[in-house]
Amino acid sequence: MLNSKIPKGPLENKWSDYKGHVSLVNPTNKRKLEIIVIGTGLAGASAAASLGEMGYKVKAFCFQDSPRRAHSIAAQGGINAAKNYQNDGDSIFRLFYDTIKGGDYRAREANVHRLAEVSANIIDQCVAQGVPFAREYSGLLSNRSFGGTQVQRTFYAAGQTGQQLLLGAYQALERQVALGNVTMYSRHEMLDVVVIEGKARGIICRDLITGHLERHFGHAVLLCSGGYGNVFYLSTNAMGSNVTAIWKAHKKGAYFGNPCFTQIHPTCIPVSGDHQSKLTLMSESLRNDGRIWVPKKKGDDRRPNDIPEDERDYYLERRYPAFGNLVPRDVASRAAKERCDAGYGVGKSKMAVYLDYADAIQRYGTGEVNKLGLDDATKEKITELGREVVKEKYGNLFDMYTKITGEDPYTTPMRIYPAVHYTMGGLWVDYELTTSVPGLYAMGEANFSDHGANRLGASALMQGLADGYFVIPYTIGNYLANEIRTAPIPVSHPEFEAAENAVSERINKLMGINGKQTVESFHKRLGKIMWDKCGMSRNAQGLKEAIEEIRHLKKDFWSDVRIPGKILEVNTELDKANRVADFIELGELMCIDALHRNESCGGHFREEMQTEEGEALRDDQNFQYVAAWEYQGDGQWQLHKEDLNFEVAKPTQRSYK
Amino acid sequence: MDHSNISLTLEVWRQESASANGKFVTYKVDDVSPEMSFLEMFDVLNERLIREGQDPIAFDHDCREGICGSCSMHINGRPHGPWHATTVCQLHMRAFKNGDTIVVEPWRAKSFPVIKDLMVDRSAFDRIIQAGGYVSVNTGNVNGVDANAIPVEKDKADTAFAAATCIGCGACVAACKNSSAMLFMSAKVSHLALLPQGAPERKDRVLNMVAQMDKEGFGSCTFTGACEAVCPKEISITNISRLNKEYLNAGMTVDKR
Ligand SMILES: Cc1cc2nc3c(=O)[nH]c(=O)nc-3n(C[C@H](O)[C@H](O)[C@H](O)COP(=O)(O)OP(=O)(O)OC[C@H]3O[C@@H](n4cnc5c(N)ncnc54)[C@H](O)[C@@H]3O)c2cc1C
Ligand code: SF4
Ligand code: FES
Repeated sequence: MLNSKIPKGPLENKWSDYKGHVSLVNPTNKRKLEIIVIGTGLAGASAAASLGEMGYKVKAFCFQDSPRRAHSIAAQGGINAAKNYQNDGDSIFRLFYDTIKGGDYRAREANVHRLAEVSANIIDQCVAQGVPFAREYSGLLSNRSFGGTQVQRTFYAAGQTGQQLLLGAYQALERQVALGNVTMYSRHEMLDVVVIEGKARGIICRDLITGHLERHFGHAVLLCSGGYGNVFYLSTNAMGSNVTAIWKAHKKGAYFGNPCFTQIHPTCIPVSGDHQSKLTLMSESLRNDGRIWVPKKKGDDRRPNDIPEDERDYYLERRYPAFGNLVPRDVASRAAKERCDAGYGVGKSKMAVYLDYADAIQRYGTGEVNKLGLDDATKEKITELGREVVKEKYGNLFDMYTKITGEDPYTTPMRIYPAVHYTMGGLWVDYELTTSVPGLYAMGEANFSDHGANRLGASALMQGLADGYFVIPYTIGNYLANEIRTAPIPVSHPEFEAAENAVSERINKLMGINGKQTVESFHKRLGKIMWDKCGMSRNAQGLKEAIEEIRHLKKDFWSDVRIPGKILEVNTELDKANRVADFIELGELMCIDALHRNESCGGHFREEMQTEEGEALRDDQNFQYVAAWEYQGDGQWQLHKEDLNFEVAKPTQRSYK
Repeated sequence: MDHSNISLTLEVWRQESASANGKFVTYKVDDVSPEMSFLEMFDVLNERLIREGQDPIAFDHDCREGICGSCSMHINGRPHGPWHATTVCQLHMRAFKNGDTIVVEPWRAKSFPVIKDLMVDRSAFDRIIQAGGYVSVNTGNVNGVDANAIPVEKDKADTAFAAATCIGCGACVAACKNSSAMLFMSAKVSHLALLPQGAPERKDRVLNMVAQMDKEGFGSCTFTGACEAVCPKEISITNISRLNKEYLNAGMTVDKR
């Protein structure tokens, strides 16, 4: 039943052939077609700007007070592109191959190849917009390396790459707003999709200032609402990141792809106490120069600088000599957990490992000394110069670490631990980014498409912008070309009426519970179940328990949650309750998916399925497919499988040794 | 980091809606861990208020990493509180002592009306960007110009980047006795004027953005530097000088047209 609409022909020609044959919409007709874009992160802002510019009538929505504040703003490390500026053997094929392998052979070849093809254009586009990427003294663009690759293909702007890319897209979007091509609705939250005769035709949303519900018509609806890592309560995502938009779409017929595929990022600042509201990422770029270690002795309480070199276990370098500290994220995270579980963790909680810059500082310092010809430099001078180099590269990350922990990473190794970071799962989409509901699209982190079971660093920004700037402008035409005769449907249509009533009823129900427990407390409980039983490693027993616990939690929520205030006013607790209610339902599906996938692949590690050395054991015979779940009523899902065919990148055991 | 927990008195501005009158309300908070962030301390207080049947304090926040620009609290007379170059979401309770009284208000500026409690409306910033804070290239294929076709001196690129790190939080406006938005605007004007890609439109850009700023009711700049002192991203006041120069140049040539 699932038709992924992959174009025929050789892999490297599919996208250009597709573009050559796709239906087009002429300019006069474009002006008659309305498109709704939910979200203004990299995916949404780039899509809204591009479609507005093409002449469509666009309405864009976000829940923050400005489109510039979408969570993409927080991305730190960089964006990949197969430019091969460093002449180190990079190519479209290599980026494609690294992404497929990094994703542990659970992504669709055709999509990934297209992503690699358009990657270079993204950089051209962003530079033309004035995105201030880091440059060399030559005036040319600078690159660095990221995990899971052996080339330098990551473009960056200090530790604020996401900010600079998003501001570029935001500015392009505001330009279209000024020209009247895009209407922007900030502080609006989408709470349902309206489906009429099988096609997505609009949304119901809530104005977060007045509390009023609104109906909006669109010939097509694009969901660019980001990832759902906050189902774990603690994650590196922004506080408002949520699943609501895609969850509502799921309940209206859009299949959910690989919901359990979650990325746990290895380098985050560890939890400091019960008050913790979110976790802070320390960019993967730090693994370029930092070395990760724990003491060789269990429960070693000495301060890190007092532990001599030969009593340290640089466990990534030991286990994975070929990639060392630059193994992919899933591998690095599990290795940290393994050491801590075995009793070698550091810090007060013992749930942390060291990320050490001492060697890098010496190395850079020595380099500077040689460059400057300072033959008799003291050790102090070398250290000082080395720190300056490190500061230029990673200064803002080190500052952030100091603000949060009160410790100085230039002199004391940082303590880090894995944290939930990204969700590879999302709405199932075909090659055109259409969900299983015609006219309903999912882009950016909200779809499941390009990263398989594990995403490589610096590839999410690439995907978001690829989807918005380069893919949707073509693929949406293929659908809208057949819609030019569809007159705008008045929002008095019974389906709009019914959808608004359902949303309104749910809000009334939530407000009417008047229980004793706060929304936050339910979210924390859900997070704990998910982290303990559907987190970095999973087993059948734990997942079955988790499903029961979540069902119980759901009952408890709907009978005892307390939401203060009124409906028709600013009510942040009500906003949160709407989101947490959806997270609870999603949590159940994630556990069901994790339970059914009886193999280990990428970020999904089933304890029952591992090699003797503790590496993930994939089962291509039985699980080389995308699990696309169809909602069939409360707590019920039907599994559809999209078989994955690897014609070019033949699956092998993933090895970074 | 072993410090014992502290107790504090908060004086928080409460205002039900844009049209309502506001007032300060006093809250005692105990058992505050120095490892908490300022906003986590508010979370704990809000949880308590909800359990006691009261309305929690509304405030804007999202990333809690000092980058989205949502958070906006005026703490003891200083936007974002006591720490240098730090947004309130990154301010940690280590900054305070047991027994301290902390006064928390929203941004105060005519162009940033209060929505509720500590939440204000900063959409004027979006409209200033709409007036010209972009490069007018279309998306898509950029006519095949390779990203490395135009080298940019590292110094200029770095200065442009430093200006571009503005998070649009509005602290500069809140700190200014005239509620001027010059630091915010100069950051964008500088970012784009310093790059070859932004150069062709630099004259119209600065004129239009300044006109919009005036229309939004932001005050004029008397160069007191209060903005720079509180800016969490250390946006330099030299950007304002650059803006003034851009404005003069643009004004002169445009007049001649
Ligand atoms: C700390 C951090 C660092 C990262 N660093 C990198 C990196 O260096 N490189 C990299 O490639 N990736 C990185 N990532 C991942 C990457 O940032 C994200 O995957 C990507 O930015 C997601 O973009 P998006 O456009 O899909 O969604 P987002 O940027 O999350 O935007 C979501 C949008 O949807 C809106 N929205 C959501 N729900 C609703 C609703 N119901 N109604 C209305 N609007 C709604 C929001 O308002 C927002 O505008 C990082 C992620 C984190 C958390
Ligand atoms: S200039 Fe500084 S204070 Fe003003 S909006 Fe930008 S980041 Fe905030
Ligand atoms: S919450 Fe994002 S900057 Fe403070």
